[in-house]
Amino acid sequence: MAFLEVNNLHVEVEDKKILNGLTLSVDKGQVAAIMGPNGSGKSTLAYVLAGKDNYKVTEGDVLLDGESILGMAPDERAAKGMFLAFQYPVEVPGVATMTFLRTALNAQRKTRGQDELSTPDFMKLVRDTAGHLGISPDMLRRAVNVGFSGGEKKRNEILQMAVLQPRLAVLDETDSGLDIDALKIVADGVNRLRSPDRSMVVITHYQRLLNYIVPDVVHVLAKGRVAKSGGKELALELEAKGYAQFQGEAA
Amino acid sequence: MNVDARATKNPAELALSAAFAAARNKLPGKGPVAALREDAFRRFDASGLPHRRIEEWKYTDLRALMREAKPLAEPARTTGKVAGLSGVEASCIAIVNGRYEPGWSDFNSHDPGIMLTELFAFAAEGATYRLGDVPGKDDTALSLNTAFMTGGVVLRVKKGASIEKPIHIAHIFAGRSGAAVYPRAVVIVEAGARLTLIESFDGPDRVDYQVNSALELVIGESAHVDHIKVGRDGDAALRISTLGVTVEGKADYRDFAFTTGGAVVRNQTFVRFGREGTQASISGATLIKNRQHVDNTLVIEHAASGCTSRERFRSVLDGESHGVFQGKIVVEPRAQKTDAKMASHALLLSDAAEADNKPELEIFADDVQCGHGATAGALDSGLKFYLMSRGIPEKQAEALLIQAFVGEAIEDIAHENVREALVQASVKWLDGRA
Repeated sequence: MAFLEVNNLHVEVEDKKILNGLTLSVDKGQVAAIMGPNGSGKSTLAYVLAGKDNYKVTEGDVLLDGESILGMAPDERAAKGMFLAFQYPVEVPGVATMTFLRTALNAQRKTRGQDELSTPDFMKLVRDTAGHLGISPDMLRRAVNVGFSGGEKKRNEILQMAVLQPRLAVLDETDSGLDIDALKIVADGVNRLRSPDRSMVVITHYQRLLNYIVPDVVHVLAKGRVAKSGGKELALELEAKGYAQFQGEAA
Repeated sequence: MNVDARATKNPAELALSAAFAAARNKLPGKGPVAALREDAFRRFDASGLPHRRIEEWKYTDLRALMREAKPLAEPARTTGKVAGLSGVEASCIAIVNGRYEPGWSDFNSHDPGIMLTELFAFAAEGATYRLGDVPGKDDTALSLNTAFMTGGVVLRVKKGASIEKPIHIAHIFAGRSGAAVYPRAVVIVEAGARLTLIESFDGPDRVDYQVNSALELVIGESAHVDHIKVGRDGDAALRISTLGVTVEGKADYRDFAFTTGGAVVRNQTFVRFGREGTQASISGATLIKNRQHVDNTLVIEHAASGCTSRERFRSVLDGESHGVFQGKIVVEPRAQKTDAKMASHALLLSDAAEADNKPELEIFADDVQCGHGATAGALDSGLKFYLMSRGIPEKQAEALLIQAFVGEAIEDIAHENVREALVQASVKWLDGRA
């Protein structure tokens, strides 16, 4: 059954129409890749799902686990299981990574009516995950993303995802700016989090990432809607033929 | 001096003249002290209260902000307790209604490295230290303090003495109606000595008391001094605090001004690095709301070579509050190899809040590294979204970001418990905002 349902979504940003009747569903446990040319609305979709300001939904709906989330603040969506791995993770001066993770996790647990995680359990969870991702204890003490390299920032996003254990993870161009070794580490981190209870939306411009995170389905976005859907072989076809065919079709 | 060219005196200036005429023979201190007062009052009388056309007071128009001068405060009739900084054990010197009150103090130090004397007793001893001979001595507010000084202390830390327990000079206004106090303190830290000095200002809300305080700080060669000033005045208070600092060579001096209280506050700091090789950090954090006005003004003179100074101020401005930062760094011709960097950042939490930043560099030497930066802006919406997308509710996300912003200034404080006390004080301020 569908965990995420996007129905006929129309979105404007500063009076410019970006999403144009986008319909998409992602099943529980499914990994869906979203590909498409620049300007097709991939990142807009990611931000609208997470609840960023300035994205005006003029029509349509987004359901998470059967419930509309469009009226919810970003933190409420997160508590419901939404997670966005940012294309450009933000630097947060003065807030240590460890403090940030603990504050976020406990805030979500509180919203869900759960007890806070004990300090030893929390430390163990973070340390184990950080180890897999090659994140040093020193990085955990430092302010979030401040002075981190591009690759370290992306790994830090995956660390947050692992700690927060979302039910839907949206990865927005997680491969951008990564060399092949960093890409493998990040992809391994994501693959470890694949589970029958967790859906993923992997947004990417290139097929390369999908060699490492193999999707169950591929959707091609063009001009703000899904132009074509298929299996993982669709990604290879795009790699060979490019996006030009869809840019004509969708018009 | 051209007295006639001045505008008509305002009621506060008239009241100050009348108050001085009435008090000049009753104020404590004889001979040289009385002469100092007369001279200082003459200088005040010639210039009047500083106003917006005086460059140094452009953003804090004292003549407009101080419509009346309150009568001199009477000594406190009761004995009370001093509120320290939470979690900080210190030897406390209480200055109540502008006078040293041993009964309120908790200064039982038998440390032979410390000498504490009441201000006028010190002056009567014919000490070699000349009161008022500090950077900033021409300032009008300091002149007013000198004219009216009601009491205070002189603290000496002897050569090489290392004072482990911080010394806390606690200024308290204990009256129920508006009155004026003019406390004065001198702290001399001799060569090689170490001291953490806390200064605090407290008073009741809804009482329009006026504080004009002055601290002369003399830092000897290779001495280590941490001075932390905490302004927690009542919400109707007007306070001007002048700090004049003379620094000898190879010293280590850190100054921090933390302000949350008062209706109108001006912290003015004048520092002169007179000998080579000193390291200094002069910083502060201000958190204000409603119609509070807080001004941090610095004049830093690098008069010797090879000194390093860092000036870092941060302010969080909510409501219709007004934050002012003026920082002037002067590098004299002989002060080669000066390394001075100044930064002032204001965080505006409301559309009605206002920040004025005026950094200035006056450099007369050619082999120096100097710079300044100033910003004013709202909380970054991208940062807030990032935190919220991780499940942190909006108010908590804002508090975390504001706390981080202030924390980056507070981390300059070396004393761990003092640092923690100010972190807690800013958390409390943020809780009060929600």
